[in-house]
Amino acid sequence: MSIKLDHVSYVYSEGTAYHKQALKNVSLEILQGQFVGVIGHTGSGKSTLIQHLNGLMKATEGTIYYNGENIYEKGYPLKELRSQVGLVFQYPEYQLFEADVFTDVCFGPKNQGLSAEECKERAKEALEMVGLKEKYYNRSPFELSGGQKRRAAIAGVLAMRPKVFILDEPTAGLDPKGRDEILDTIASLHRESDMTVVLVSHSMEDIARYVERIIVMNQGEVLFDDAPKKVFAHYRELERVGLAAPQVTYIMHGLKERGLSVSTDATLIEEAADEIMAAMKKERAE
Amino acid sequence: MIRDITIGQYYPAASKVHVLDPRVKIICTFLYLFSLFTFQNLMGYALAALFLAACVRLAKVPFRYIVRGLKPILVLLMITALFNLFLTPGGEILFTFWRLKVTDQGLRTAVYMTVRLIFLIMGASLMTLTTTPNALTDGLEKMLSPLNHIKVPVHEISMIMSIALRFIPILLEETDKIMKAQTARGADLESGNIIQKAKAMVPILVPLFVSAFRRANDLAMAMEARCYRGGEGRTKMKPLIYGRKDYIAYLVTVAYTAIAFWAGRYLPFHIWIF
Amino acid sequence: MDMIKADKLIFEYEKRDEEGNIVSKSRAVDEVDLDIKQGDFIAILGHNGSGKSTLAKHMNAILLPTDGVMWVDGKDTSREESLWDIRQSAGMVFQNPDNQIIATVVEEDVGFGPENLGAPTEEIWRRVEESLESVGMTAYRHHSPNKLSGGQKQRVAIAGVLAMRPKCIVLDEPTAMLDPNGRKEVLKSVMELRRRENITIILITHYMEEVVDADHVIVMDHGHIVMQGTPREIFSQVEELKRYRLDVPQVTLLADELRKRGLDIPAGILKKEELVNLLCR
Repeated sequence: MSIKLDHVSYVYSEGTAYHKQALKNVSLEILQGQFVGVIGHTGSGKSTLIQHLNGLMKATEGTIYYNGENIYEKGYPLKELRSQVGLVFQYPEYQLFEADVFTDVCFGPKNQGLSAEECKERAKEALEMVGLKEKYYNRSPFELSGGQKRRAAIAGVLAMRPKVFILDEPTAGLDPKGRDEILDTIASLHRESDMTVVLVSHSMEDIARYVERIIVMNQGEVLFDDAPKKVFAHYRELERVGLAAPQVTYIMHGLKERGLSVSTDATLIEEAADEIMAAMKKERAE
Repeated sequence: MIRDITIGQYYPAASKVHVLDPRVKIICTFLYLFSLFTFQNLMGYALAALFLAACVRLAKVPFRYIVRGLKPILVLLMITALFNLFLTPGGEILFTFWRLKVTDQGLRTAVYMTVRLIFLIMGASLMTLTTTPNALTDGLEKMLSPLNHIKVPVHEISMIMSIALRFIPILLEETDKIMKAQTARGADLESGNIIQKAKAMVPILVPLFVSAFRRANDLAMAMEARCYRGGEGRTKMKPLIYGRKDYIAYLVTVAYTAIAFWAGRYLPFHIWIF
Repeated sequence: MDMIKADKLIFEYEKRDEEGNIVSKSRAVDEVDLDIKQGDFIAILGHNGSGKSTLAKHMNAILLPTDGVMWVDGKDTSREESLWDIRQSAGMVFQNPDNQIIATVVEEDVGFGPENLGAPTEEIWRRVEESLESVGMTAYRHHSPNKLSGGQKQRVAIAGVLAMRPKCIVLDEPTAMLDPNGRKEVLKSVMELRRRENITIILITHYMEEVVDADHVIVMDHGHIVMQGTPREIFSQVEELKRYRLDVPQVTLLADELRKRGLDIPAGILKKEELVNLLCR
């Protein structure tokens, strides 16, 4: 199973003053089970990109294949695609609308045409997955804290049992603890199921910790598409396009420039500490 | 589609029209609109077109911006044209089309009416494109200020208007986002009968209202934090004082209206049936 | 003189049932004492719901204390006659960049505050120009706020407060909704202000990187002040910070980890360069 983009371009308001090319000739393939991070500054085309993956936006040029089938073909079941490719928007809690959390989570499965029983079962399962306790099920979404609301909204998409799960900056506006909890939940979802996860984020530190592949967007184009360590090796170029590598990467490069023989590809604290300790030991031995 | 509405969309430019007092622009626009309804021959329309073209040129607003204002009323224009074309009684029959007769009178009324509406919208668009919504409400506030004496809260009304104008684009964008998010959750917003469609709007309207209230609450707090306490004792950054350019603009518009009024009635200029 | 002083400040939220009876009360701010001097740069840290924003809203008399006293520039905020003076001397920038810009043109929004204060027209223009200049937004003065980025909108909001000529500016999580570039932009403007004008700055945030340059850091949790001190003193207590759900910068964490593994590194490392220099002695 995979999503494949073949020379996809998207132009906003073609032929008007607001004409803007949001995607330029993007070709890439996301394979089943991958954990992919998409980074880019505001306006780089990353949000446009992910809205193409479930057919919410239609490319002005190029084709998208889901499991080998062209989703722009006449008669392609887009509604079915949207339940397979779940998309959680930025600040998803602003879309909660039912009187209580549980009914809201049932909205997706209900739209899939499932029986009331099945809807309930899935909602329960989804709420458990995001770690929202049963005592909150019958509460109004407005009575929950920011982090809890966010979880409820994420559960609303999970309840559709998507094969591909896309989240657009799921941690925006949360405090550090809330952020870590959401990211850990997503990581464990990925670990425990065969789900493909696409995570859009501004934070290099978050991305470095979780994903196996990073797609860097800049001005509607794919700038890099590689394993995190390889992408962060281009930290100078990342800076040029308004992004940055994790702080640790800078420290390692700084140390290397000053003559300490460390490898510069560490992105996590533990890795960096191991590297530095080893280098210090070697230096002392010499 | 929603983005195409040009009324209320300001086009920034450094032009002689932009710097005019908003009151001048409001009154002159009304004079222009009034003139449109007095014409009885082609001469009037020709003068109106010339005047409008001159103003657009002077305002340095790209012509396509002004034309875009017509898009939302395209259907209305077509209906008006068709009704007038086929349903105007009297006149000489030019040709018959199936069971419908087109008379010279009908064709004339249809064309005049359509052109009139087009000019009307273009004139009004030009005003809103060259005047910030705030200036517009300032102008209205000042023009309507005598109503304060009969306890009409003019300042409050104009404040409400300018805030609405500021938030309309934000709420439109938000609507678009919520619609997409619910579509991603499998909501079907297009098919079904009217009742089903109305029901399908609930997941969009509820979050939209919640968001609007939240914004209103935040905004009220931000305004109070910046010492807003109603119109009393408030000064103006851009007080409205007529200058030379404003008097000139009045003069030119009044002259145009008078000439167009006279020419549109008494200076015959006919081509074919028009 | 004290710019902001609080004495056993308490703020209680009341939760009511449908008949309007009080069901429960919860203290968002609980017996907080503050003493902030004119010209200080103070950072208040805390996770969401720690009471930091509630405390901030007292500094502008948007909220009034349930118990205890808050003085702003020597004036008791609960006295109605000094309300507008307080709001003028302690300006406030809020979290959501969209919901605090009132006018449809940048310069008109900056002029909104002075208009409310009844400043003469020429004075308003002078202030608008100066304020836009000091946040670097002069080039955008005729733009519509809707066309600006989040960081630019926040800078306009800061200019709007500056135009009121406050003695103190309270920024209530001004970067929480921004991307990293927007955050940098806003912080740069704030630092610039601090450098150029003798204005008291109170920055409320949950990002620890943003408080590195503060004179004094206050950490809040459950409505209480739980830690205070210089950034270095605060940053040297990594475990405690984590307990208060705060995010310690990677440099500080790495330095802490290395110290635990036996390297001779002092606690409370704030900047990358500092750590590199220490390791390459």
